[in-house]
Amino acid sequence: MPGQVAYQIMWNRLISIVEEQAQALVRTAFSTSVREAGDLSAGVYDAAGQMLAQAVTGTPGHVNAMADAVPHFIRDIGFDTMRPGDVYLTNDPWKGTGHLHDITVCTPAFHKDRLIGFFACTAHVTDIGGRGFGADADAVYEEGLHLPIMRFASAGTVDPTLIQIIRANVRAPDQLVGDLYALATCNDIGRGRLTEMLDEYGLDDLDGISDFILDHSRRATLDRIAALPQGQAAAHMRIDGYTRPVDLHVSVTFAGDRVLCDWTGTSGPDPKGINVPMVYTKAYACYALKCAIAPDIPNNAASLAPFEVTAPPGTIVNALHPAPVALRHVIGHLLPDTIFGALDQLMPGVVPAEGAGCLCNFQMSLRPRTGTGGAGDAEVLVFNSGGTGARPSLDGMSATAFPSGVMTMPVEATEQVGPVIIWRKELRPDSGGVGQYRGGLGQVMEVGPRAGYDMHLSAMFDRVEHPARGRRGGAAGGATTVALSDGTPLRGKGRQHIPEGTRAVMGFPGGGGYGDVGARDADAVRCDLALGYITPEMARRDYGLSDHDVQAVLAATALGGEGANS
Amino acid sequence: MQGGQARLGVDIGGTFTDVVLETGADRFSTKVLTTYAAPEHAIVEGMQRVCADAGISPARISQIIHGTTLATNALIERRGAKTALITTEGFRDVIEMRSESRFEQYDLNLTLPAPLLPRNRRYVVRERIDADGGVLVPLDGDAVAALADELRDAGYDSVAVGLLHSYVNDTHERMIRDVLAERMPAAMVSLSSEVSPQMREYERFNTTVANAYIKPLIKSYLGRLADSLRVAGADCPVFLMHSGGGIIDLATAAEFPVRLVESGPAGGAVFAADIAARHGLDRVLSFDMGGTTAKICLIRDQTPKTARVFEVARTYRFKKGSGMPISIPVIDMVEIGAGGGSLAHVDALRQIRVGPESAGSEPGPACYGRGGQRPAVTDADLILGKLDPAGFAGGRIPLDPAQSAQALSDALGAPLDMSVQDAAHGLAEVVDENMANAARVHAVENGEDLAGYTMIAFGGAAPLHAARLCEKLGIDRCLVPSGAGVGSAIGFLRAPFSFEATRSVFMRLSAFDADAVKGLFADLTAQATTFVRSCDADAPITADYKVYMRYSGQGWEIPVTLPAQDAEHPDPDRFLALFEAAYAALFSRTVAGMEVEITVWAVNATTPKAAVDPATPVTVASPVAARNQRDLFDAAQGISQIAGVHARADLASGTTVIGPAVITEDETSIIVPASRDAVVLSDGCIALQRKE
Repeated sequence: MPGQVAYQIMWNRLISIVEEQAQALVRTAFSTSVREAGDLSAGVYDAAGQMLAQAVTGTPGHVNAMADAVPHFIRDIGFDTMRPGDVYLTNDPWKGTGHLHDITVCTPAFHKDRLIGFFACTAHVTDIGGRGFGADADAVYEEGLHLPIMRFASAGTVDPTLIQIIRANVRAPDQLVGDLYALATCNDIGRGRLTEMLDEYGLDDLDGISDFILDHSRRATLDRIAALPQGQAAAHMRIDGYTRPVDLHVSVTFAGDRVLCDWTGTSGPDPKGINVPMVYTKAYACYALKCAIAPDIPNNAASLAPFEVTAPPGTIVNALHPAPVALRHVIGHLLPDTIFGALDQLMPGVVPAEGAGCLCNFQMSLRPRTGTGGAGDAEVLVFNSGGTGARPSLDGMSATAFPSGVMTMPVEATEQVGPVIIWRKELRPDSGGVGQYRGGLGQVMEVGPRAGYDMHLSAMFDRVEHPARGRRGGAAGGATTVALSDGTPLRGKGRQHIPEGTRAVMGFPGGGGYGDVGARDADAVRCDLALGYITPEMARRDYGLSDHDVQAVLAATALGGEGANS
Repeated sequence: MQGGQARLGVDIGGTFTDVVLETGADRFSTKVLTTYAAPEHAIVEGMQRVCADAGISPARISQIIHGTTLATNALIERRGAKTALITTEGFRDVIEMRSESRFEQYDLNLTLPAPLLPRNRRYVVRERIDADGGVLVPLDGDAVAALADELRDAGYDSVAVGLLHSYVNDTHERMIRDVLAERMPAAMVSLSSEVSPQMREYERFNTTVANAYIKPLIKSYLGRLADSLRVAGADCPVFLMHSGGGIIDLATAAEFPVRLVESGPAGGAVFAADIAARHGLDRVLSFDMGGTTAKICLIRDQTPKTARVFEVARTYRFKKGSGMPISIPVIDMVEIGAGGGSLAHVDALRQIRVGPESAGSEPGPACYGRGGQRPAVTDADLILGKLDPAGFAGGRIPLDPAQSAQALSDALGAPLDMSVQDAAHGLAEVVDENMANAARVHAVENGEDLAGYTMIAFGGAAPLHAARLCEKLGIDRCLVPSGAGVGSAIGFLRAPFSFEATRSVFMRLSAFDADAVKGLFADLTAQATTFVRSCDADAPITADYKVYMRYSGQGWEIPVTLPAQDAEHPDPDRFLALFEAAYAALFSRTVAGMEVEITVWAVNATTPKAAVDPATPVTVASPVAARNQRDLFDAAQGISQIAGVHARADLASGTTVIGPAVITEDETSIIVPASRDAVVLSDGCIALQRKE
């Protein structure tokens, strides 16, 4: 039997293997959100379907989804029918990762003729048919092709009927089928590495290493939970929603060896596609809890098990089939802030104030003004972020995604994709919530069509009516603003016309402040003013800086002074 | 080298300045402590030492080739000049907003690295160029003049200019330079369209700002260096190693100092490539392990792999994304926090973790007896029998195994209920596994399988760990060259003159414009050749052509090497075929029916590589007996064994040493585990080969 050192090395190796799997996907997938946002996952499982290691990628949205997925495959396909060379797939929003655009591929791993484990990976694909990616559907049936858990390949032979059906139902069949093969290939890379490892250590199966990983992870997680003050706390956050405001209610309980997180009281489903299947709610809830309680313990079956997330069926966070779910991230991204409201009562001094939460994404549809029958049309999707909430001992992060790990695209690259001009993309002064620690700044963007083009903007913004609230005396961050350059207001969600010669002017939200403003370090206020994070007006009004101080800071700043570096 | 010609290679590292003198076939080397305040002092001292050893006067030196970490360190330590950025209105915060992402997902108290220039040193001008190079908003000359006066009055030493889409139209950037030259002539100016003419504003602006930030410092250093050398009697041309693995002249280096970043490690890769050429090896993994970090590089066909962008000054456990991007032609290396000084601890999962925190040289590992309390990799190596306590650094630094045992026991053994030896084994295995994993991921990212590779190991700690890495990676053969401790400086002497010119021009294959392509390559070739010609007036110069291509809709471009024929007579079908071949090599498939596009064009002008002295086959003698023996822990088997101890200096060419064995030299020891034998090759390299 291998010793402690060998097991530790194998654990490291498994983590490295799933990172390799994920890297290979990032580089080959066509989907913008895979490569820019890291909207993908990869994991390795034992024969019982228990997840042993998962790649850390740009999305927390797959955290539990991946852990739950393989048991579904084992149940639906049948363990005893599985053969070497098999590959299975699904995009079932309730068994996969929350919407039809995520395809999960699962491959059994055999060693010495026995099924000893599984590899699975998930990626967001560009198109899955239906209405296209958006919130417009009334039911999941309109959102695209639904692939139940089924065989993609049997004993090495890909199912030609399945491929035909897929090709006939999507807008970019080459890309999608290419992505399916890429997913299968990534699992194969993992399988090969696993075999090498088992050979190197002379093992027949994963049983020993599985016990080692899960025991250590369980023990470490339980130690953390045991050290928490036992108790229960509730929190509420209201957000804009799509057609009407949504109330998110959560109750968090530290109960000995478990952390319970329940969403009773939360609003019912929305008629449009922002509803969240339970699996996705579990993912973002677990993510928030793990950040606060056990950030350094890797995700696996044992480290996730003590976090129990529940919600009454039929709430917007436990939407049932056939609710439309394509944009489940809009609500999902705001769940952590709600949970932090409860955690702050149970474990003061750990969690941040509320932040922008939801990504500030929008899509631009361009059409030449002289009708060309579709030639020259372009769709341009961009990801942007507001500010994060201030922390108990740090300012919030400006224009930084949280909880998502999305990256923005370069402006120069976006302007290559379609006839748009991004006139401004810059930090938004005064948008950080006031407090002892300032919320992160949001950003300002101005966009318009190039000459000769007509533009529509599909907005997906929240926090227009409900800005990020401060914590422990901190003030709210700046709310989302959307308007035309001539001052005409625009809506936070939905498709809207941007006439030629005008621009859409958007202010993305800042994070909430933390603590009482009176306790803010005076040098930090002067530095914020010197850097233009706050205006002189805000410095005087909200931070109580004297006119004399304001003038002194501005004079030093004009000379490129050091105030900025203090 | 040519008979009688003396050439000097100098590598300024964080701790030591390595100096190597070659006179014909003879090589003299020395290490001098780096003199931070005036790095040229260590160079002069080192030069005098090796000249004395060689019995020549510095006047005999015909060429000095120099690489330095000064540029990198200035960026890490933020010791640059007072620098301003002038950028397009609406884009003041590009270098601060970065990619808007977090490089660590679970840390609520994450701190993002501060931009090189704070917001109040970033200025905007009204102007705008579109993606095709058209002027949407013209530049207002009066406003620029007013801004120039403001910058002059504020006392800026250096100015970076980065405007949107300047890689396709640099008119506005050049206009700004003209105004600055007139109104603040003392300031140094860096244009993004010259420093890094590539699409993607964050990378380009940051690279330009970095260049501007270190320019006054590097320029003044290079001036002082030339003077000091002249005073010391070496009145010869001085050249600089650049990050792409070639050398450039002083003037070019002073203009584009950002190209000096990572020049030391680049020299190491060139050193390994030269060994590869000597031994006719086409697939090589170079492994350079020092006190703080390990660097791994793939070398195909005796040429190190290159990339267009890399990251310096990582602030968070060497994590990807925690530093700043520099987009210049660079040798593609992975660097991880694993070196002899890397420290170990036990984490919340009761697992041993090693690095990236390092004990450095002060206090150093516990066994140095200078107050280090925590176990480092060197402590584990000592306990496992890899190092001789009395023979470290030629006996100058006595090592104390008792201190190592205490530190290992306190930090790892006690919490994990392990013996000192198990703790040492665990520590060494973890650090070796970390390096092996980094090598595997790097290979996957490059579409390579390491199975058929040969490792070339150098740097102080590499020979202690190389064989175990080979076991983990399935690599059958590893060469440990002589002179491994000063590998980078030797590499400088093997590097050709070279300069790579790149430009972003977006072109779909469906809209391929052969004449435009020809013109573009002609421009880039002329630009790159001019730089090389300024270094060497006579040598033949060849151009290597490369484009970066992808399927439309992808975010990653892959490099596609073009034969000269295809650059001179561009044909879209050939471009497609070359792209598909490269894509399939990387990802084992191509995608039918997708549009393909080119984003970046590159021409590398270079003089021929240094002539290679091929290694000759050796007649393998029967194994030699060891004079001494000691216990050596074998990681693969998990047991201690008796190992023969040999001095490298005593081993003649052709000698075989049967593992397990230790081959000692002044700076380090070569570990031959039970799975390997060692053979001394004709050029002094020691080959560690898997037993039949």
